[in-house]
Amino acid sequence: MSYFRAENLALHFGGLKAVDAVSFAVEKGEILSIIGPNGAGKSSIFNLISRIYSPTSGKIFFEDQDITEQPPYAIARLGIARTFQNIELFENATVLSNLLVGRHRHSTTQLWQELLFLPSVRANEKAHRRRVEQVIEFLDLEPYRDKLISGLPYGVRKVIELARALSSEPKLILLDEPSSGLNVEETDDMSFWIRDMRTELGITVLMVEHDMSLVNRVSDRVIALNSGRVLAMGPPAEVQQHPDVVAAYLGA
Amino acid sequence: MRFLFKTDYEDDIRLFPHSGYFVSYGILFALLLTAPYVLSSYLMSQLVFVCIYATVGVALLILTGFTGQASLGHAAFLAIGAYTAAYLQQFDVPFPVYFLAAGLLTGVVGALVGFPALRLQGIYLVIATISFAFIVEEILARWESVTHGNEGMRVKTLYLFGTAVSRDSPAFYFLCLAVLVLTIVGALNLLRSPTGRAFVAIRDSETAARSMGINVSLYKVKSFAISAAITGLAGCLFAHKLSFISPEMFTLQLSIEFIIVILIGGTFSLHGAVLGAIFIVMIDPFLTYLKDDMPGLIAGMAATMGAGSERAAHIQDSVAAFASLNGLKGAIYGIIIVLFVLFEPLGLYGRWLKIKLYFQLFPLYKRATFKRQKIYVKSERNR
Amino acid sequence: MLDFVQQLVSGVALGCVYGLIALGFVLVYKATEVVNFAQGDLMMLGGFFAFTFIGMLGLNYWLGFAGAVAAMALFGMLAERLVVRPILGYPQFSIIMATIGLGFFLRSVSGMIWGTDDFKIDTPFSQGVVRIGSLVLADDKLSVIAATIILCTLLYLFFNKTTLGTAMRASSENMLAAYYMGIPVKRVVSIVWAISAAVAGCAGVLLAPITFVHSNVGLVLGLKAFPAAVLGGFGSIPGAVVGGVLIGVIESMAGFYLAEGWKDVAPYVVLLAVLLLKPEGLFGLHIRKKV
Repeated sequence: MSYFRAENLALHFGGLKAVDAVSFAVEKGEILSIIGPNGAGKSSIFNLISRIYSPTSGKIFFEDQDITEQPPYAIARLGIARTFQNIELFENATVLSNLLVGRHRHSTTQLWQELLFLPSVRANEKAHRRRVEQVIEFLDLEPYRDKLISGLPYGVRKVIELARALSSEPKLILLDEPSSGLNVEETDDMSFWIRDMRTELGITVLMVEHDMSLVNRVSDRVIALNSGRVLAMGPPAEVQQHPDVVAAYLGA
Repeated sequence: MRFLFKTDYEDDIRLFPHSGYFVSYGILFALLLTAPYVLSSYLMSQLVFVCIYATVGVALLILTGFTGQASLGHAAFLAIGAYTAAYLQQFDVPFPVYFLAAGLLTGVVGALVGFPALRLQGIYLVIATISFAFIVEEILARWESVTHGNEGMRVKTLYLFGTAVSRDSPAFYFLCLAVLVLTIVGALNLLRSPTGRAFVAIRDSETAARSMGINVSLYKVKSFAISAAITGLAGCLFAHKLSFISPEMFTLQLSIEFIIVILIGGTFSLHGAVLGAIFIVMIDPFLTYLKDDMPGLIAGMAATMGAGSERAAHIQDSVAAFASLNGLKGAIYGIIIVLFVLFEPLGLYGRWLKIKLYFQLFPLYKRATFKRQKIYVKSERNR
Repeated sequence: MLDFVQQLVSGVALGCVYGLIALGFVLVYKATEVVNFAQGDLMMLGGFFAFTFIGMLGLNYWLGFAGAVAAMALFGMLAERLVVRPILGYPQFSIIMATIGLGFFLRSVSGMIWGTDDFKIDTPFSQGVVRIGSLVLADDKLSVIAATIILCTLLYLFFNKTTLGTAMRASSENMLAAYYMGIPVKRVVSIVWAISAAVAGCAGVLLAPITFVHSNVGLVLGLKAFPAAVLGGFGSIPGAVVGGVLIGVIESMAGFYLAEGWKDVAPYVVLLAVLLLKPEGLFGLHIRKKV
């Protein structure tokens, strides 16, 4: 059985078929990219997985468990973290507390314990902080710990969102256009981090990306989508040569 | 300027980041403890109201300031706490029991209000809480077997550990102060724990909060329940302080006053609740002062500046007439709110921070440090 | 049965007044996504202007009516310029609080100027009645209903058929984008405030013979108009009027058929029930945020 599997996933808005009978599987430790022109349904697939939308039909499996009917917060609890295309950070909080929110799925303390701030809560907080510091080190975010998000530039926010997802120690991470809005150097960093995520942290990566050079550098396999349907699937070079993909990109 | 070198994760967790805090809060605490032996009984009474209003302010900050759920129904929570206390008191229930019961029952009601509020956003939530408050007010007026309707209820003197604690005694003030301090400490503890961070996360982006594993509905209900429970505790003290409660004390006007407390104090920090409460409660003594002393004072000033005695008397009369105008309080409220929104959006605590920073950075302070950014809100309907 | 129809008509008339105030809420909301908590107080001010023109200066009723509405439009612009313009583009909670402050101020100041007594305005329809069989309908109530229908139709056409209306809707969706597209957002907002204050003024004048004019009338009626606007979906012009009528009818039916005390809370109970079932109101659209 595959690590993560989508079967005949569909999302229809009235007559519009944003996602139409899409099936794919992700193997453990793989980096899989979803490419396709604008409006192909890439982000919709992510939104279906993290249950921001409910699928019209189809099923989603993770670690051999049917997660199609789980509420959104439960998806994260299972170890699926994500980033957003347009950045959804907690604007009026510091970087540190943003990352600590990422630890939420590991918090075990009860409300009454927190009101009294018992030693167990304190110990837990320090443990969370230790894990967050590892992520900060991994992504070179040391200068920003106590800064408010609202004052930070776009490129840094993008990395912080990645850091927040990593803080939750996910098994599978969904990256929605990790390089959009980044300059060449930042994109380079991103490609190293994505590969390190797999090799050092053992995280399986599913990403949506427009930048083909980034896709080529990091992905094991690529899925090409158009109009909500899968056009081709396979190694990056192969998919890019595929006649249907070429046609979709050239608009023929 | 002080530079903090952090050497331990503890440095980011503790409530007092450095020794200066112990000094300043120690002095404040000493002043508060000696207050009953220094201040007049009228000012002491106002100070008790400051404690109660500040407690409600903290409760409202948790809900509105940190979880981002606006409420114009907190007077109803206060009423439920007050009536629970007054009702249980009739059966000789001891104070600690009915005090906690007031908090608990109000907390449960708060959670029940929270459930329908889950699906509501922004202005819809505001209106739902207003509706809730109206309904509670009407129930209090009609459920005569329990609440005595519009006749109101007497609240007997508080007995704690067998001794009477009169509502004007220093002991009652210390009780209210203790409740306020414990509430603030509890709220601070909450805010540095996962629950507090979840609240802030919900305020800033519900979508992201969900995708990080936060059960948004559960935490919203929790926030409502906590906020209501604290308000209920304050309601119990409020009932004792007034010694008589009736439905028309808990109107929309009071709910708006609570919102003004946090708005004027500053919605981003618990300091705001206390500063705002001081401000709101002290408006009354200020107006009394205006009525009694200002006419003479201004006439005196006019006289020293060369106005004739006849003219000075005329000025005195017109100032007195102005100060005793009906509804002056409402107009002042209105002007204060508008001025704060326009010119001091961070509230009194924000002003305090600006002054502090000014002296720390002197002479390098830039006004732009605290400049509010226009965000040109895109439609909030699409949330 | 006759009682029922009588109650229904007076409920509809009352509801139209709520609807007119709600219309003001909706206009400002549609154009700026701000809820104007001072809307009821603007209506009260309209009533006082009319009273000043007609009762104190002795102008002809229609002239006084027009004068009051024009004065309110100017006042709306003034209020927008002083209170709303400086904080345009800031979080909406600030603007809502500012309008609450404005409401406090207007209530107190009109209490200071006109006193706290009740005033009555003589109108051409104060006395007349229309008889249909044994049904007796007062002219003043019918006039409110007629005026509401006319105003609602005009505003609906204005919003949906004119360029200015489209500009208003655009600036509510995204102020910055509208500005970049060449829409003078500030002027648009100013005009919307003028219109909504004028509508409030109309409501105030029409209401004068029914409820009297006093400084708290705005608060009382404004709080009833809220549920009306919410029930109607807070962004829909016909919705506001339908919501208002519903609230008015519920209130008058509850007052007649149910025990004492229900009259005042029934609208809120219904409102909460509707919000529970349909959080976006009866006519509201629910659009999701795109991520």
